[in-house]
Amino acid sequence: MSDQPDNLITINLNGKDVQVEPGLNIIEAASRFGIEVPHYCYHPHLSVPGNCRMCLVEMGMPGKDRATGEPMLNDDGSPKIMWVPKPVIACATKIAPGMHVSTESDVVQKCREGVMEFLLVNHPLDCPICDQAGECRLQEFATDYGRGHSRFVERKNVKPKRTRIGPRVMLDDERCILCSRCIRFCNEFIGKPILGFTERGSYSTLTTFPGKELDDNYSLNTVDICPVGALTSTDFRFKMRVWFLKETDSIDTESSVGCNTIVGSREGKIHRITPRRNDEVNDTWMPDSGRMLYKQVEADDRLTAYSIAGKPCSGEEAVKAAAELLLQGQGKVAVVGSGRLSVEEQFLLRKISEVLQSAPTYAVARYGEADGKLISADRNPNVRGALLTGMIGNLPEEQLEDLRKKLESGEVTHLLAVGEDLAEAGIPAELLKQAQVVYIGTRHCDTCQHSKIELPLLTVFEKSGTFVNQQFRLQKFNQAVPGPAGTLFGLSTFTKLYAALTGESPYAPSPAAIWTHMAEEIAEFSGLRYQDIPKTGKVLDGSRFDKLPFREGASLHFTPAAETANA
Amino acid sequence: MATKVVERKPLSIWERSYLPQIVGGLKITFKNMFKPTVTLEYPEERPEIPPGYRGVPTLVRDPNGREKCVSCQLCEFVCPPKAIRITPGEIPEESESRHVEKGPQEFEINMLRCIYCGLCQEVCPEEAIWLQDIYSFTGYSREEMVNDKQKLYELGGTLPDPYYKWDRKKQAELEGNPHH
Repeated sequence: MSDQPDNLITINLNGKDVQVEPGLNIIEAASRFGIEVPHYCYHPHLSVPGNCRMCLVEMGMPGKDRATGEPMLNDDGSPKIMWVPKPVIACATKIAPGMHVSTESDVVQKCREGVMEFLLVNHPLDCPICDQAGECRLQEFATDYGRGHSRFVERKNVKPKRTRIGPRVMLDDERCILCSRCIRFCNEFIGKPILGFTERGSYSTLTTFPGKELDDNYSLNTVDICPVGALTSTDFRFKMRVWFLKETDSIDTESSVGCNTIVGSREGKIHRITPRRNDEVNDTWMPDSGRMLYKQVEADDRLTAYSIAGKPCSGEEAVKAAAELLLQGQGKVAVVGSGRLSVEEQFLLRKISEVLQSAPTYAVARYGEADGKLISADRNPNVRGALLTGMIGNLPEEQLEDLRKKLESGEVTHLLAVGEDLAEAGIPAELLKQAQVVYIGTRHCDTCQHSKIELPLLTVFEKSGTFVNQQFRLQKFNQAVPGPAGTLFGLSTFTKLYAALTGESPYAPSPAAIWTHMAEEIAEFSGLRYQDIPKTGKVLDGSRFDKLPFREGASLHFTPAAETANA
Repeated sequence: MATKVVERKPLSIWERSYLPQIVGGLKITFKNMFKPTVTLEYPEERPEIPPGYRGVPTLVRDPNGREKCVSCQLCEFVCPPKAIRITPGEIPEESESRHVEKGPQEFEINMLRCIYCGLCQEVCPEEAIWLQDIYSFTGYSREEMVNDKQKLYELGGTLPDPYYKWDRKKQAELEGNPHH
């Protein structure tokens, strides 16, 4: 293990000496060795309140003689361990060299059983209707440490149920175990005190401050961190039980932050998106707006069928016709790509535009307000990918003025628009009407109405690939659900179009195959294989683009390299 | 292969008359004529179904008419041939059983798939799904063999409820456990 840091300290965990990096608490240290210390209130990215008492463990240090400072020894010569007479909480106890920790002793077991019994005293029997069931920590630890029957003969507390505390969050106070994670999240991450406890003892009730609402764009993170079903998402409420959901790693496409996500789908239908932990990008958080993006898959304006001049056709026919149309205008073709395409698609689009001798390829910029956390100013997820693959040479513009002038002057007569609505990007309808437009996109739009050939494009949930985020971090996303019936699979639209244009087909329609080509041609990608890209992403060398005026400001885990353009 | 010749004894006169066989046969016939019958004249007559019989799965209501299923989807999960399909939904604000919050919008059991194993009944935390005494379930089309929610409640009817869990819960919600 040569890559381990050399400052490791040795602790004794359940009778075994192990080496861990210093500064961790016992929960984190134990988890490195596959030992779970049950806990509710502790969260790795929040402060430590130590109020749930579930993580009690036994702890001791090797004894030292007070007078001489000599280590105390047992009869057999081994160091004598001075166990702390009462258990300590693992979340607020930092490890120290020589520390002995026992997470499995009888005392610890008894503590957990005791804490569980108290937590379950007033907990309602809502599991059959509770959305948390299946991923509920209380359920899990009740199975491990619960009694199985209740000794409580009094009446259970009644607290408010079905309370709407925000536009996206519902609160059930009876289920709350008062861990205060959500309160701390609001105070520490959102930065506004919104939630708090009222009353005392077992009557303690979680509620919003008078006149306040949990309406922040990060409110649904409270639902994720709630260890029980007290906070539930209005959108996901009663939609599907979590044990049916197939979890696929994906990326949030709403901005260049590239939050890591998990897409939960069942039988080809997406039910929810939750954040995936990546301590280099988004910790365990993501914005609420990114969780709603799955709705684009079944949106009303979704483009699902191929057509030539308004007549439906098969994918193969559409690709062939598109190639013929574009070849007619060779030299007078403009390609409009998108910062929303995956790196692989952008690379193939560059190849296609090279065949068509259309330079430069355009892309459309989208800028919005950054929130300084997990939504950046650049609302395209993959502008840096477009730069790296060479699809575009400079930062994109919001309005395609240059393209408009070329269309007006007749310098450009044929258009290949991929994933972008040209009408929105400042190309007037009459110019689109004159031009021969091939549109590849996910939704019906104004460009569609004037396009000769339409090809549906897969959304991020229906394909696998990579994005490059604002840190130049290459991140993988995987296909969660199949594309609309009848659409070409994966990268086929692009590889088939290239094949139809050139008569050769050097590219297989899988990201892994495209990556072998990209690794050869693009310096930043050299030596990289698709299957080797780690789950947490790989930071690429972006120094080639240091001079470009990227708009992103500082956000969580990101400080812009150069001065921002707005500053 | 060696062959063995089996010696056949010639039949006696008594045997050749066939009378002992006829008498023997008639004895059995008459014995059964006066014994109580064990067969049923199905379908006019129907057998009595013993308790615990695993017939067609059905949904039941409690004696107050509340549908017991809360669409927890455990039966859908446990069903080995994947015969059950539930679309969960929220119980509307104005409903009398609003306090239950969740109920099935759609509940389908495909009887072409069902293997009558009874795991759904065993797993149900609300005792809402019961394999009752319907043992013969037929239809002319595949669609007919898929029981929807309405059909399942028609077949299931009402069963006594020893707990009234949700009624008690509603009562607690109304009366509360006051501490002031």
